Amino acid sequence: MNGARHAAHFESLAQQDHATRLGMWVFLGSELLLFAGLFALYAAGRIAHPAAFHEGVAHAEKSIGSLNTAVLLTSSTTVALAVESLRRDRRALSIALLAVTIALGATFFGLKLTEYGAHFRAGIYPGGAGNFFTSHAAPGLPLFWTLYFVTTGLHAAHVCVGLGVLGLTAQAVARGKIGGERAYVLENAALYWHLVDLIWIFLWPLYYLA
Amino acid sequence: MTIASEPSFLPAAQPSFASSHTSIRSWLLSTDHKRIGVLYFFATTLSLALGGVFALLLRIEHLTPGPTVMSAMTYNRLFTLHGVTMVWLFMIPSIPATFGNFLLPIQIGASEVAFPRLNLLSFWIYVLGAAFVLVAMWLGALDTGWTFYTPYSVHSPSAVVPTLIGIFIVGWSTILTGVNFIVTVHTMRARGLGWMRMPLFTWAIYGTSIIQVLATPVLGLSLLIVSLDHAFAWGLFDPARGGDPVLYQHLFWFYSHPAVYIMILPAMGVVSEVISTFSHKNPYSYKAIVYSTLGIAFVGFLTWGHHMFVAGMSVFDAGAFGALSMLVAIFSAVKVFTWVSTLRRGSIVLATPLWYVFGFLILFMFGGMTGVAVATMSLDVHWHDTYFVVAHFHFVMVGGTLTAWLAALHYWFPKVTGRMYSERWGLLGFALVFSGFFGTFVPQFLLGNAGMPRRYYEYPARFQLLHVASTLGSWVLAAGMLLTLAYLLHALCFGRRAGGNPWASRCFEWRTSSPPPEKNFTAQPELGLDAYDYTTAWPAPEERA
Repeated sequence: MNGARHAAHFESLAQQDHATRLGMWVFLGSELLLFAGLFALYAAGRIAHPAAFHEGVAHAEKSIGSLNTAVLLTSSTTVALAVESLRRDRRALSIALLAVTIALGATFFGLKLTEYGAHFRAGIYPGGAGNFFTSHAAPGLPLFWTLYFVTTGLHAAHVCVGLGVLGLTAQAVARGKIGGERAYVLENAALYWHLVDLIWIFLWPLYYLA
Repeated sequence: MTIASEPSFLPAAQPSFASSHTSIRSWLLSTDHKRIGVLYFFATTLSLALGGVFALLLRIEHLTPGPTVMSAMTYNRLFTLHGVTMVWLFMIPSIPATFGNFLLPIQIGASEVAFPRLNLLSFWIYVLGAAFVLVAMWLGALDTGWTFYTPYSVHSPSAVVPTLIGIFIVGWSTILTGVNFIVTVHTMRARGLGWMRMPLFTWAIYGTSIIQVLATPVLGLSLLIVSLDHAFAWGLFDPARGGDPVLYQHLFWFYSHPAVYIMILPAMGVVSEVISTFSHKNPYSYKAIVYSTLGIAFVGFLTWGHHMFVAGMSVFDAGAFGALSMLVAIFSAVKVFTWVSTLRRGSIVLATPLWYVFGFLILFMFGGMTGVAVATMSLDVHWHDTYFVVAHFHFVMVGGTLTAWLAALHYWFPKVTGRMYSERWGLLGFALVFSGFFGTFVPQFLLGNAGMPRRYYEYPARFQLLHVASTLGSWVLAAGMLLTLAYLLHALCFGRRAGGNPWASRCFEWRTSSPPPEKNFTAQPELGLDAYDYTTAWPAPEERA
């Protein structure tokens, strides 16, 4: 397979495989710290305004949020299966699983937009704008909703990037550029997708359940 | 031992990395880490020159107590320009992205960094971000200071958002470079080169890269939120809208304090290399330097609160942050004592790099000791926001990082260019830089202790003598820098050929020709002998085959 050649500055494909995966892990560490700042803001806000944060959670779109959790978790499963299929050189199955993953990711994004629409109709905008905040005047409530929009917005941006990465990788698999020996390229894309999933697993309880 | 008597097992001179292709395109789009290092050098040096001019203008303004040459508004803009340019465009990338790029792969016997194209991308992201920042600040008259403290930064009518976007972009360059170097050290080391045999400069860059990767995203996030607050009045950091400005300070310093170690750790790596080479002796304790490097990288994440002693912090928190900050001084002291012990009974050769390292040791000691002082809450309340703090961090950053940068520049000048500068001019340049630096910042300690607040446009007449002394010092410093620029440019064109290993160093980067060939080594690099082993004789040529 001609796709299995390593770049000139590496000694072997194994070394390239190791380097590329380590690079992704280190980068994911960096991404986690990006969201860590937002979690810190949430913690500080919740300690300062426990009642307002509780009230904010009560107005969250629980059903859409929970459905989205299921959608994203399922997509993480399918992308993991896609990696495993490619490792076993079952390329068609891998591409099919990737297509399902991308469809689920797009569903998540669509549902997220629907949810934002529902908030806007209820008069909830970031920065404490909208008539929701005239009837619900608890201090700290605008903070909760602004944080909600910033955090889920940044997460949704990561979903879009993840979809792009998965799409490009799926294309490379379909063209035969990435076969079983270079499954680590797909694994890297999948790792990024798992990060998106992992962050959502923390956002779900913080903004919908507790 | 004299330099000339040192045998070496350098290969015959090879076509250098710089002569293989000479078109402009072959430089600007090169994925060769050495060329990218050189590109970074020119870009960051330009930033240093800009930041330096801004500083000189600020000092001129302070020649008289009242208005001298500029308005108060211009003054505010200039100190913002000075801070942002020096911190993000010069000091953060200065040593890691230039010397780190050039030397790290060679020091581990590799032909490249792990991701050469990503490396080139990092450079162009840096250029894009730097251009963004400078144009936005210049046209948009940014006047917030480099810290962007809220709520002022949220309400300032100047170009806050474009500037922050520019810094955000530069941050990406920092993160990607960090990822690249970490992976390079982990996966690209030559066969048989274990972790505890790596050159100390490589260790320093490794520790720096970890900080870059973990701290920079937090800055990116904070600046993003300030941008949203400024653009859409979302108010997360704006007390008028229920936000918390102190929270901004926590997040900002969570990055910006470790960022100080992004600046000083590579400098310490340079010092370790120069001291060992110029005393022809192994470091007094290699392990002490390695572990203190990692210690600083780790503890550096836990000290940010010492910037906020007067921002509303409990006495307990302040005590904890103060004690953690002093831990850094312990790690630093371990290094200083190790360096000084390395010199003891060494075969010392006095050359410009070593002069700069001596300068570093004195200035860093001064800066470090005053750092312990300002980490003490009761003292900091007195000195907070005064020239004392300004003098303290300039002693560490300029006295530390800049002198180490100059040491690195002279030490590796023959490595990169294959030519030698004039030692006589080098010594004169050092004398000017060192005395100019002392003259600029010692008066500022005295000013701060007497109560002169930082960032003030005017001052009482009784401070004038010290302000004038500081300004005169800045001129001597500038003269030293210009002289250095002049004789290095001259040496670049007309300097005598240096030979492969003019310092008779045994560190790994000197085991290939100078300047190195395109792939760094023409044969399997000979790394059997340790980087700091000055006692074992070089193997005879026939044993090396």
